[in-house]
Amino acid sequence: MAQSTFDSRPAQAETLNIDQGKIRRDLGIRAIGKIGLLLNPVATYFFLWAPILLLVIFSFNSSRSVSTWRGFTFQWYQNIFNDVVGTEARFSTGIMLNSLGNSLIIAFAATIIATTIGTMVALSLVRGNYPGKRFLDGLLFLPVVIPEITQGISLLIFFNLIFSFAQNQMGITPRPGFGTIIIGHVAFNISYVAIVVRARLADMNPRLEEAARDLGANEWRTFWRVTFPLILPGIISGALLAFTLSLDDFVITFFLSGVGTTTLPVFVYGLLKLTVTPEINAISTLILLASTVLIGISLLLQGRNAANT
Amino acid sequence: MSFSLDLSGSPAHSPREKTRGRLLALPAVLWLGLFFLLPLAIVFVVSFMTRGTRELFTFPLTLDNYLRVLGPVYRPVLLDSVWIAFVTTVICLITGYPLAFYISTRKSRFMQQFSLFLVILPFWTNFLVRTYAWRLILGNDGVLNSFLLNLGIISEPLTMLNTDFAVLVGLVYGFLPFMVLPIYSSVERFEFRLVEASHDLGANDWHAFWRVVFPLTLPGVIAGSILVFIPAIGAFITPDMLGGTQGLMIGTLIQGQFKGTGNWPLGSAASMVMMVIVMGSLLVYTRLSSRRG
Repeated sequence: MAQSTFDSRPAQAETLNIDQGKIRRDLGIRAIGKIGLLLNPVATYFFLWAPILLLVIFSFNSSRSVSTWRGFTFQWYQNIFNDVVGTEARFSTGIMLNSLGNSLIIAFAATIIATTIGTMVALSLVRGNYPGKRFLDGLLFLPVVIPEITQGISLLIFFNLIFSFAQNQMGITPRPGFGTIIIGHVAFNISYVAIVVRARLADMNPRLEEAARDLGANEWRTFWRVTFPLILPGIISGALLAFTLSLDDFVITFFLSGVGTTTLPVFVYGLLKLTVTPEINAISTLILLASTVLIGISLLLQGRNAANT
Repeated sequence: MSFSLDLSGSPAHSPREKTRGRLLALPAVLWLGLFFLLPLAIVFVVSFMTRGTRELFTFPLTLDNYLRVLGPVYRPVLLDSVWIAFVTTVICLITGYPLAFYISTRKSRFMQQFSLFLVILPFWTNFLVRTYAWRLILGNDGVLNSFLLNLGIISEPLTMLNTDFAVLVGLVYGFLPFMVLPIYSSVERFEFRLVEASHDLGANDWHAFWRVVFPLTLPGVIAGSILVFIPAIGAFITPDMLGGTQGLMIGTLIQGQFKGTGNWPLGSAASMVMMVIVMGSLLVYTRLSSRRG
């Protein structure tokens, strides 16, 4: 036994020597890892931001081409408010502003309905107790994962059937428009509102509600005096998310809009697909600006709510 | 003093409590049942119908639509879409993982929030506009070509727009945040003392990463991959705006059947096939994540 311990000493020294080579190699691996961890974010942030910045920059370029920079101009912004978009004859400022108005009406209506229904189902799932909750969970999950195009065409076929039924059996001819678009937007927004409100409800201490009931408040009063104020930030976040999704939606609206009920994304899509012109860059920049303002408001509201609670 | 404390442990189970909150779910169930599930069921039925001479879809029921979607004309588009969605997922994983790792290992809370915000902000802006920006860059007289021509790297403009390449770039650009966010929350929860432990046991960074960090952040990787793959397979805007006639995907195929002189039953069948792929990948996801607990 004693001899074997004695024997192991030189062997140990040898492993220490090998360790130095290993340490050098390990430090090399560490250096490569460090460099990679520095280069990747730089490259990825560049990839994420360069297209947006280029779009904004070229909307102020006085050259029509994106190959050279010829100085700063507001020309293209003036053009889009004076019915000119390069060679695009179908463009009209009136139609653009009209479609923006349609987008806002639809987004408001869809947000109010979806926020109400979504908050109710979130309350039901978190505080309720009944069979079939797992099924409801799955049902709410589906609109988030099913491709938009499938939802779009399924509602197109559905309304086509309903409308031809109405025409043949009742003699009325309904047309696709605000109604069909709002129905479609609510259908996908309920899930998003429910997810956000549910997260907020799950964070809330249920003892507060029990306390209110013990103090003599009925369920209705408990909800409006205790639960509602506490989950309000969640409801607001959910509503803002629904509003943004509705305002930005193209695919589902594309299948559900009718004559005269074009939304801004559907209108802009027709332009964006055709050519690259500085006027289109200017319109795109304005849309980016609008999204950014909306995000800013939403973050401010959330920040204030977070500070209050 | 506080009666609630005595009662809190034993909630009453009256018959009313057993169905509590059921009515609150009713509007959502009705809306989603009528305007989501029912339309999907109708698509399923229409996918077996035939295109009439005057009607958009009519009887008799047939399997022809599925045979055409899976047949020699459309199968390449189908396989191409699956391949493009897969490659998109892999590229998002390779670029997104290190980025998520970088973000979640920032020392100050502010830098962490700020670098995460830089990933999310572009993602909140209009998808159409963001995709259009790539037309500006990848076009024949676009930003990238004129840059490369000016540097003398190429002598003729490269054809990048209206190819599979452009679609791939657009999809990675559009869905990268879906990969970064779940991985970020996985890495953020990761206990970095485990790395110290593995170093103490003689592992280098390479081994520590692949044997400890990566396996423990795998739930984020799986969630991110599924969140990228599903919208990529169903993408319509990106292939439509950047792919032209070369970079066709199932989404463009379906849309084409529902506009103009299209064939609705054929489009419905293509849509059902896409749903099967989506549901299949979701099933794989739930299997994988439930096995890991």
